[in-house]
Amino acid sequence: MSAKFETRDIVIPGDLIYEGRIRLGENTYREEDNVFATSIGLVNYGRERVSVIALEGGYTPLVGDLVIGKVINIELGQWRVEIGGAKDAILTTNDAIDKPYRTNLDLTRILDIGDTIVAKIVDLDRNRTPILSILGRDLGRIHEGFIHKITPSKIPRLIGKKGSMINMILRETRCHITIGQNGLILINCRLREDEELVVKVVNKIEAEAHTSGLTSRIQEYLKKIKEERKQ
Amino acid sequence: MSKTKKKSSRKKWTRVDGRKVDELRPITIETGVIPNADGSAYIEMGRNKIVAGVYGPREMHPKRLSKPNRGVLRCRYHMASFSVDPRRSPAPSRRDSEISMVMTDAIAPALFLERYPRSVIDVYIEIIQADGGTRCASINAAAVALADAGIPMKDLVASCAAGKYDKKIILDLGDYEDKQGDSDVPIAYLPKLNEVTLLQMEGKMTQKETEKAIEMAIEGCKQVYEIQKEALKKKYGMVDEAATAEEETPEEPIEEEQKPEEENKK
Amino acid sequence: MSNNIVSRLKRKKIQEVIATGKRMDGRELLEFRELEIKTNFLAKAEGSAEVRLGKSHVIVGVKAGVGHPFDDTPDKGVMMVSSEFTPVAHPTWEPGPPNEASIELARVVDRGIRAAEVIDMSKMCLISGEKVYLIFVDLYVLNYDGNLIDACSAGAMAALNTAEIPVYKVTKGKVELTDKTKKLKLGAQPIAITVVKIGNDLIVDPSADEEEVLDGRITITVDEKGTINAIQKRGAVGFTVDEIKKCINIAKEKTAEIRAIALASK
Repeated sequence: MSAKFETRDIVIPGDLIYEGRIRLGENTYREEDNVFATSIGLVNYGRERVSVIALEGGYTPLVGDLVIGKVINIELGQWRVEIGGAKDAILTTNDAIDKPYRTNLDLTRILDIGDTIVAKIVDLDRNRTPILSILGRDLGRIHEGFIHKITPSKIPRLIGKKGSMINMILRETRCHITIGQNGLILINCRLREDEELVVKVVNKIEAEAHTSGLTSRIQEYLKKIKEERKQ
Repeated sequence: MSKTKKKSSRKKWTRVDGRKVDELRPITIETGVIPNADGSAYIEMGRNKIVAGVYGPREMHPKRLSKPNRGVLRCRYHMASFSVDPRRSPAPSRRDSEISMVMTDAIAPALFLERYPRSVIDVYIEIIQADGGTRCASINAAAVALADAGIPMKDLVASCAAGKYDKKIILDLGDYEDKQGDSDVPIAYLPKLNEVTLLQMEGKMTQKETEKAIEMAIEGCKQVYEIQKEALKKKYGMVDEAATAEEETPEEPIEEEQKPEEENKK
Repeated sequence: MSNNIVSRLKRKKIQEVIATGKRMDGRELLEFRELEIKTNFLAKAEGSAEVRLGKSHVIVGVKAGVGHPFDDTPDKGVMMVSSEFTPVAHPTWEPGPPNEASIELARVVDRGIRAAEVIDMSKMCLISGEKVYLIFVDLYVLNYDGNLIDACSAGAMAALNTAEIPVYKVTKGKVELTDKTKKLKLGAQPIAITVVKIGNDLIVDPSADEEEVLDGRITITVDEKGTINAIQKRGAVGFTVDEIKKCINIAKEKTAEIRAIALASK
């Protein structure tokens, strides 16, 4: 019964991280009485559980996730939406219009191919295809701003503990930022230079996601750039 | 034609490039070389120069090739026209198709394909310069690229060949040894699971020699494995140093234990 | 995976920002991204160049050989430019035979080099009607982030300038390979510059995002004396004569800049 690393050490797939019985957290697997890592990430030894916080990785959809996607097709009574996971997502008329469905309804008037939307995952079907909804506050078609993409596994770091990181960025920049769990970020600021600033900051967080003390470092970074700009 | 060589080599036997019998060629691996790919790696193994890029898991097109109960791994081995002498046609050859297939078999056991029904993981290998042992070098790059893509794996896959050249069993044959030698046994190996996932052989060897070559190749794979691990960790090590160097402000340890279900702020 | 649906949001934003005289990545309208060219890095090619233009990454290989001339030019050597869009370079690119865009890339680069008479083909004949030098220029795209024509054109010239091809001699009507090599004598240094029209604005060196939303583009190949060697207009929009003149002026100015980088490693 022993840990093979220390919490926050970087491990890679196949690394033996624990010998003995323990509960398995994310990105781990068991082979007899040994626990191995499945992904490159930071190992975390909890009280009765061992897990690996992934540093790389695509998007795994979960019910309740807020995602940003692009409408890529209109099918019978539904839209197909690319959200960047293993499967394209489906948005049906029931989850798009708060009215009874009429067969003569022109779907393109609600959402057209090429539209970008903010949506919530409300279900996963038996093939693990995400089912979306745009009914709700701040959901639906996006008209302003642009999308910036980062590795989905680094989204939690951009949000920070209880939103500490993103709240700090919102406070410092006063921009509109919507974070999709699928790694897409909608950025919309009044000034173009602020948008460039947000992109810089997000990229820095992505590159340094595995380091500690990131929030205070990012705050310093933001202050520094803003001071430079004043001169 | 190797007669004169044998005579002169009786005094002191050395390999054409001066390596020991069980010595690998120099290997360097770099991750994240293709910005568009979900994961990527560049390997130099001897004079081999190879790029591997990973896309997925993603929707499979055409859909009829997908499987309802598991994901599909699709490896594509491809040589640039200028990677060999003389120039080769850019169209895929029968050899390319076979190598793509055995590579897929070598790598698939390391993945959890059952997690991705109806989806595909694409691994694209581009040989920029070939120098003997490209399939092994390709597998080494592919495994690192898959880990770089964050695709869950049971283990990395390490690969190298052993073979017989001038009556000796030697490790990691270079282009000349491969062409002039008696046999070549490329192997891929999962070090943690102790399983061989690629095994091919061509040439003439006794049973004893064959077994010796397989064992020697496995030892080679274990060395490759250490280089793969270093390559994967290097990316983070470097940023870490830079980060700690500029860390003037004292801050609380492990401050953000991020969880995916964390609140989403608008 | 592979869909080429253009995002309306992206189009709108890029147009809006360009209309203010800046680009999404902070560049000026007529500003190139950083261009880096490394030559002669492949041992098995007679000439080579690795080009990085922003995140676009291209490898150019020059291979030489001996073969039959074309029937209509029995006294001339053969030069051929081909290109390959490797599937590793972009999530929507698939393996398979060259598509329209890949063929256009090769042909536009080819046309500039051919029309400028970079290589004097009449001096590349060994036996009239039977044996001539073959020069292959292969463009190999490893990561796509826009403006491949300009990147490949600069890379092809860098590779041709540094290439050393094997010398063949004719003895008693037979072609023999000697152990000598020679540099190619180049008659001109043409460089292609692509000017892109988005809304009413003209920009150079488009990123992949900008190419996705462009309305039209004109590629102009200009040599070091200012002679125009090739033009290619694409996109289902019209250009006014004024705009075309502007494009030519922009191309003339920019080719000097790019040529200096392409020839720096000569």
